[in-house]
Amino acid sequence: MNQKSLVLAMAIAASLGSAAHAQSARDYISIVGSSTVYPFATVVAEQFGKTTSFKTPKIESTGSGGGLKLFCGGVGPEFPDITNASRRIKKSEVDNCAANGVKDIVEVKIGYDGIVIANAKAGTPLKLTREQIYKAVAKVVPVDGKLVANPYKRWSDIDPSLPKDEIIVFGPASNHGTRDAMVELIMDPGCEKQPAIEAIKDAKEKQAACQGMREDGPFVEVADNYTVTMQKLLATPHAVGVLTFSYLDQNADKIQAAVVDGEQATFENIASGKYPVSRPLFFYVKKAHVGVIPGMKEYLAEFVSDKAIGASGYLADRGLIPMPAAELKKVQADVKELKKLEL
Amino acid sequence: MNNATSPKGIYAIAPERRLGGAAHTALVQRRKAAEKRFRYYGLGALVVSLMFLVLLFASIIAKGWTAFEQTYLRLDVDFATDVLVPDGDRSEQALSSANYPALVKNAIWAAFPDVTSRGEKRQLQDLVSSGASFELRNIVMNDPSVIGTQRSVWVPATAFVDSLIKGQMDRSLPESERKLSDLQISWVDHLLSNGHIEKRFNTMLFTDGDSRDPELAGIGGAIMGSLYTMLVTLLLSFPIGVAAAIYLEEFAPRNRWTDLIEVNINNLAAVPSIVYGLLGLAVFINFLGLPRSSPLVGGLVLTLMTLPVVIIASRAALTSVPPSIREAALGMGASKMQTITHHVLPLAMPGMLTGAIIGMARALGETAPLLMIGMVAFIVDVPKSLTDPATALPVQIYLWASSPERAFVERTSAAILVLLAFMVLMNALAVVLRKRFERRW
Repeated sequence: MNQKSLVLAMAIAASLGSAAHAQSARDYISIVGSSTVYPFATVVAEQFGKTTSFKTPKIESTGSGGGLKLFCGGVGPEFPDITNASRRIKKSEVDNCAANGVKDIVEVKIGYDGIVIANAKAGTPLKLTREQIYKAVAKVVPVDGKLVANPYKRWSDIDPSLPKDEIIVFGPASNHGTRDAMVELIMDPGCEKQPAIEAIKDAKEKQAACQGMREDGPFVEVADNYTVTMQKLLATPHAVGVLTFSYLDQNADKIQAAVVDGEQATFENIASGKYPVSRPLFFYVKKAHVGVIPGMKEYLAEFVSDKAIGASGYLADRGLIPMPAAELKKVQADVKELKKLEL
Repeated sequence: MNNATSPKGIYAIAPERRLGGAAHTALVQRRKAAEKRFRYYGLGALVVSLMFLVLLFASIIAKGWTAFEQTYLRLDVDFATDVLVPDGDRSEQALSSANYPALVKNAIWAAFPDVTSRGEKRQLQDLVSSGASFELRNIVMNDPSVIGTQRSVWVPATAFVDSLIKGQMDRSLPESERKLSDLQISWVDHLLSNGHIEKRFNTMLFTDGDSRDPELAGIGGAIMGSLYTMLVTLLLSFPIGVAAAIYLEEFAPRNRWTDLIEVNINNLAAVPSIVYGLLGLAVFINFLGLPRSSPLVGGLVLTLMTLPVVIIASRAALTSVPPSIREAALGMGASKMQTITHHVLPLAMPGMLTGAIIGMARALGETAPLLMIGMVAFIVDVPKSLTDPATALPVQIYLWASSPERAFVERTSAAILVLLAFMVLMNALAVVLRKRFERRW
């Protein structure tokens, strides 16, 4: 008699719910969003909770897209105050926010994240170009001026100077913000200069040719977190994985990063912008909640302070690549006056 | 028919095929061999499944047992008056926000007086966990009279020192690939040789909430979250499930409608749990406006998930009570309600409880529905009520498993061990209840 019990459960829930509504003014900050920003935001939240009189913010790891969806749900204590994102907010998301009454959004850039192409220490150290990575994982590649289904089985098929290992790349599935970044920073630049691609006139077709991932085995999507990718890399020494810099940083004794376009994936190279595959990380703040939910201003101040995201801040120890000092100054000033997002 | 020359009865069978004949003996032997093989297949299957279980336990225990110990450093702390109460204000609030990190730094620097350069001092203070200053604050808050005195205090070391002491960090690696520098390792060795470092039982693992510093992270918050969630689940699913089962078994007429309901309950028991999470999100959070990430909502969602299991188990327990008991009670003039509450229910209770406990054990290990209602979250404060944000044990395991810091690996396995211990306890309780109170007719 499940219907009956459901009704009963709902009746009980409703009575409890009225009690919960009474405490509607939440006394802690609610944060959702990207799993890439999660390891950084949690450190700030913990620091904030321990050094101030405010409660420690609650942080859910929902992914960038999922976070923005929750964030844009509306204004009020039942909706999150802040969402973390490993990519910039899209126009469609801003429109969705506005439709639900979330009109004033503050964008805060917190630094950069390097995307590294890594393999196990037991494997051969790799030197790749973005074009080679594109050729290894794309669905269609240009061969002799024509687009054909990806024929490459071994790295040496792409370029004789590469090792004779079979191509296996563990990359982020499409639910990851990192996948968007991989497409934007590796696939698009890698395929751009190909004459066969340039010959395509239709923008949509061109995009499909550049961004389609092969489905015949060598590219393996990992929908879980990067720990899974790490485990798979350690188990298969000739496999290559797409990870974020913080995982490389914490596991430098087990995995090594490939040199991409002649640049090593080091902290310094990513910070200076030499390493080509890096992206900014953000969080978005609901302005209507500042001053309503206790501690919002203080949390923002803690996050953008020099001791957190500055050049030698505690987030740098966790693998966040800090932004240049001048840029940080601007971010700090914008946060202070809660400057509205403009796309 | 009446042919005297043709053999009849047993004589119609060739001698070697008769009982005890060669062919018959061979057949019997083949059958015996087949039976033996059959038994060994079963035994083999058991051995294989036990091997998997042993493998699982061995790998978890091998990885996790070290997390029950944590490395502590002995610091000779000078609770200096000029650092703690520079302006003489000894009120509780002033003491709670005093400069405890400075005390920690001074203490560790004092242990190595010949370290003078700024960079090396920084490396030195990196040996001590950020939790040390909270430890000192607790000491001062509990007993303000320590101000102005000196005292030896054991404080947690950072996770890197911890893994070095536990032998999980490879000293032979080049310095750039280690998390501790050569200099830091030499300091740790020095502290170790004069007894200022020791491993102790890791109580923080059981009492504290989550933390991003592995040495301070605990499952205390997750255990409390799971407890609150299970409390809601038990309080709702058991009475509702039992009442529904009693109605279906004792009162409901047998017709097409009850058949339909029965099919649906069995279906619901097999629905993937994430579906209940989606339902919970839509009904409890979006429609009723209950607080997200709270054990209350978690408990309600898990109630929906456990209800079919409880109903099915309770119905089975009710059917196993023989009709003669009911008939005797009714015959003695008891009402239907008296029959059920005085006679049928007490006899069926052990079976119902067993079903409820097994359902609860399943709910305890569930993460998928909690994902949808926001309980997969970083929560430092230990929840104190049903509406505080909370997470649950399996969720904590998932979150730690995805942390980049290496020291979380052993803590993940330790948390799994604790979860398994709870499971074993609950399932053992179910077995005990069945063994002790079940009656057979």
